Amino acid sequence: MEIVARAHAKNLVRWAADRPQVVVLSADLTGSTEISDFQAAYPERFYSMGVAEQNMVSFAGGLAREGYLPLIHTFGVFIYRQALNQLVCSVAYSNLPVKLFGFLPGITTPGGATHQAIDDVAVLRGVPNMTIFETGDATEVETILDAVAETPGPVYVRMLRGEVPRLFPKSEPFAANRARVLSKGEDITLVTAGICTEEALRATAAMRKRGVSIAHLHVSTHKPFDDPQVVDALARAKRGVITMENHTVIGGLGTEVAETIAEHGLGKRLVRIGLADTFAHGGSRAYLARTYGLDAPALVARVEEMLGEPLSIGPEELAEVRVEAVHSLAKAEGL
Amino acid sequence: MSTTEEIARAAWGIRRRVMEHTISNNGGYLSQACSSAEILAALYLEIAALGESTAPLTPVAFAGVPSAANSAYASGGAYNGTPDPSHDRFFLSPAHYALVLYATLIEVGRMSEDALDEFNRDGSTVEMIGAEHSPGFEMMGGALAQTLSQAAGVAAARKAKDAPGRVFVFLSDGEFQEGQTWEAVQALSHYRLDNLAVYVDINGQQCDGTTESVMRLEPLASRIEAFGGRAISVDGHDIQGLIDAAEPAADGKPLFVLCYTDPCRGVSLLERRRPKLHYVRFTSSDEREEYRRYYETQMLPERAAGGR
Repeated sequence: MEIVARAHAKNLVRWAADRPQVVVLSADLTGSTEISDFQAAYPERFYSMGVAEQNMVSFAGGLAREGYLPLIHTFGVFIYRQALNQLVCSVAYSNLPVKLFGFLPGITTPGGATHQAIDDVAVLRGVPNMTIFETGDATEVETILDAVAETPGPVYVRMLRGEVPRLFPKSEPFAANRARVLSKGEDITLVTAGICTEEALRATAAMRKRGVSIAHLHVSTHKPFDDPQVVDALARAKRGVITMENHTVIGGLGTEVAETIAEHGLGKRLVRIGLADTFAHGGSRAYLARTYGLDAPALVARVEEMLGEPLSIGPEELAEVRVEAVHSLAKAEGL
Repeated sequence: MSTTEEIARAAWGIRRRVMEHTISNNGGYLSQACSSAEILAALYLEIAALGESTAPLTPVAFAGVPSAANSAYASGGAYNGTPDPSHDRFFLSPAHYALVLYATLIEVGRMSEDALDEFNRDGSTVEMIGAEHSPGFEMMGGALAQTLSQAAGVAAARKAKDAPGRVFVFLSDGEFQEGQTWEAVQALSHYRLDNLAVYVDINGQQCDGTTESVMRLEPLASRIEAFGGRAISVDGHDIQGLIDAAEPAADGKPLFVLCYTDPCRGVSLLERRRPKLHYVRFTSSDEREEYRRYYETQMLPERAAGGR
């Protein structure tokens, strides 16, 4: 599996080259949010706002009113927690095209509870006019900017940085409100988002070998959430639906799916995997995933519960699985 | 050994431990140790009358997040002594200074040396960004600029209870960019909380470079005075000056000791990295070796001189 380093950094510079209205705002985390290259390439389009996020968000609203396309970059927590009121009143109410890149989703940081964005989707879904995307691999990081710019009004992106695996081919770019159908199946419908998809792919491969028929969808748009492919896959699940998210189980992907099941009268059993309404703490990603039940073994255990039968899949087998790039079923060469 | 000599020695020890840790971990918040070593050593050894630690010398393992159901959860504030009315309190705000605070606790005998082995280890309370359960911490300050407000609340409560002890807060200069910091100064002034004193490490640095280039803060003293605080500017490495500045004035004003510091003090090798000093990560094994050589040949022999 290809691992791409700093996919956003160079991509942003290239993408912004012929878009002079694009400006980038930083809250003293330039190096940590991959915008150093942008700052070096377009210094006059880079606004250093310091450790002052509330001002930055309102300031971006002002820039947007004057025709600019502001791209705010900081850790997610410093947007939706620190500056929620400013986001609501200075940006969202007026449907201004301010784009917010929130880094360090969920357990992707050892920075502890003050740095882990575990409730960004939940909080921002409640904001009218807000669109919420989430990147799950290098291809999505690299191809999301067009959708961000083309979507009217404010857009929040759960963004990945550093070394990111390529799960999906470059020929299948990010598409707003369109899930990736990674596999079809009948027993269980599994819906995952962000970094959980890679982890889930370790488990689904092993489970399929044990004869479990799994429909697996990768979601990268949390709001709006009405892709007919998702509704279809939920409707077909014989034994139940499982969601898996790098987020609290309250208000994020699990809740989006619950709303969908309820609205369409599907009557399916739903199991939500994610942070069980708890803060996390400082630690490595693998340790946090294990501790808070967000890893492949945790998924296997929940599938076993749903099916009422053991699958006898050990952690060693899961660790050995090589996750290859997955074509969605939209293409003939899909799995 | 005089008080200032003892403090100088502890400051040297803080820098040494953080440097040693940075080398063995290929990275660390080293410049923060360079700038704040005297401030923290002086606070713990002389300025703040903290109670004795009631925490174990070896930090406990992480016992789960705090909740109504979790009786095993313990605050790292125990390392700063019990909050008796006669004792002073100490709150460190910029939680990324955790490594430096841990080194300080070790130097002043409140924590064992091997605690640093647990730094950022899975399952330990010795977190990289100090959390409420991390040694020396009592609040969740990792998002910056909230600790001063909380400390102000503590000070207000203590004033209401006629507690003689003072509340000391350590801030970083970058936190003055956050609006909440000014809200805190405003409230401290409005409620005449002169039982609270802040030591600010003004090393002129933040993640993106110098504070001057990122979001200008000066003139800080006059801004604080305009908000109703009392500001004293000192050389942050002048131990006697740090101690003298703590003199209470009972003037109804919160005290801000503005400590102008050098983020490379004690590790001259860092000069080469200016202005990017916020987090030191070695870019090659050669660079790491260079720091190790500097540590062994320049820092270690300085012990007798009390460290400069």
